[in-house]
Amino acid sequence: MGTFLIEREMLWNAFSTTLSLAVISGLLALVVGTIVAGLRVSPYRPLRLVATAYTEFLRNTPLTIVFFFYVFVTPSIGFAFDYRTAATIALTCYTSAFVAEAVRSGINSVAVGQAEAARSLGMSFRQNLLIVVLPQAFRTAIPPLISVLIALVKNTSVAGAFGVFELFAMSRRLTNVYSADVIAILLGVALFYLVICIPLGQLAGRLERKVAFAR
Amino acid sequence: MASPLNRRLFLSGTVGAAAALGLAACGGGGDEEPEVAEVDTADFPEGSTMAKLADAGKITIGTKFDQPLFGQAGPDGKPVGFDVEIGKILAGALGIDADGIEWTETVSANREPFIENGQVDIVVATYTINDTRKEVVDFAGPYYVAGQALMVLVDNEDITGEDSLAGKKVASVEGSTPAQYILDNHPDAELVNFDTYSNCVTALINGQVDVVTTDNVILAGFVESDPDNLKLVNDGETFTDEPYGVGLAKGDDDFRAFLNDTLEAAYEDGSWAKAWEDTAGVVLPTPDPPAVDRY
Repeated sequence: MGTFLIEREMLWNAFSTTLSLAVISGLLALVVGTIVAGLRVSPYRPLRLVATAYTEFLRNTPLTIVFFFYVFVTPSIGFAFDYRTAATIALTCYTSAFVAEAVRSGINSVAVGQAEAARSLGMSFRQNLLIVVLPQAFRTAIPPLISVLIALVKNTSVAGAFGVFELFAMSRRLTNVYSADVIAILLGVALFYLVICIPLGQLAGRLERKVAFAR
Repeated sequence: MASPLNRRLFLSGTVGAAAALGLAACGGGGDEEPEVAEVDTADFPEGSTMAKLADAGKITIGTKFDQPLFGQAGPDGKPVGFDVEIGKILAGALGIDADGIEWTETVSANREPFIENGQVDIVVATYTINDTRKEVVDFAGPYYVAGQALMVLVDNEDITGEDSLAGKKVASVEGSTPAQYILDNHPDAELVNFDTYSNCVTALINGQVDVVTTDNVILAGFVESDPDNLKLVNDGETFTDEPYGVGLAKGDDDFRAFLNDTLEAAYEDGSWAKAWEDTAGVVLPTPDPPAVDRY
């Protein structure tokens, strides 16, 4: 554990990179995923098809391949991102597919009568979704959404393989230099992931209690 | 294996006979495996690691599964390469043939824990001998001295050696000694780390980095497979020494001495050179065997 004290600055760099990757792509994925879920229940078939294709394609592709695409394939066809941007885009795309599914399950849990009532009041599809259905959908979707976000935090470790210096990459660098402390270093790194993930889980619990009361 | 009648330990003096017998014993397979000595367990001090392994007729060896020329697993899951041949020579001296060797994949990060926990008996895995590692494990050898080199695209003329790296994008593998060398000695170079060397090469070919650096033996494997695009800077000139050793449990001095003896015998009788020529020697010239370091 002493290793972490010696390498404080490196640790802080790596930890903040992991955290910012998770926060930025988490927020983006929530937005993109919600839009995709909205498209998936849209009355227009082409939009439904696009959204379904997006979700199924990304949800069923290994994250490493998504990374590979944005880090190596897009530059070769002329769209070069720096490694961190590429990582954020890859994580956002991948996670948004899971967010879309979680939100869709929430939408499906809202009683049909709600949407029907909104429609009979003359609300457009957009109003219906934004004002009536989605707020109720998010209540049910909170636990699966938090699971998706926790998975995202851990998935940031894949970025370490593609030019981004985050916690997992740091563990590889440290285990090479301090080969006598491999186990301590890996345990320490696991601990830093817990530091991010456990509060997320607690947030989920708190949000759930709050919306349970409102219901 | 052959009949148990004539159980004797063949040393380098009786190489001819041993080789003949070894071939006869392997008979028919057509595969030329390193010779396997006929060993009497009683030849080893009682309770020693050698006696235990020879008795069991089995040894677990850790090696890389993704290192071309040194230890690379084929589709059947069996690794091939120079490290693998060295492993077979060492096992052979204990009377264990290729079938008695269990190959375990060791990656750079788990070599020490695997040795410390006894999950492997020895590690032959492009394992650089250094002082930090010596605090937790012991090393026999070195059996080869690699060195860090640079690889660029064939038309690159402005990178001529490690002194021309300033401001260049240098790719290597996170957590590797060559990457650390760049961090420590060339802070003005822009280091980009990936998880595998093949990703470094992809980035090089894409033009996302200027140069890939790691041990010459690894780079040689990539140049061999794509000579139209890749070349070694200054014909593979090296600027560090990476002595590859055989890792074993710390404090097992008898075993270490035995492994060192076996390596020296393999230098003498030509089996070391043969192992090299059959594997890495396809790409790299055969070096002189390095002196074993009995610290």
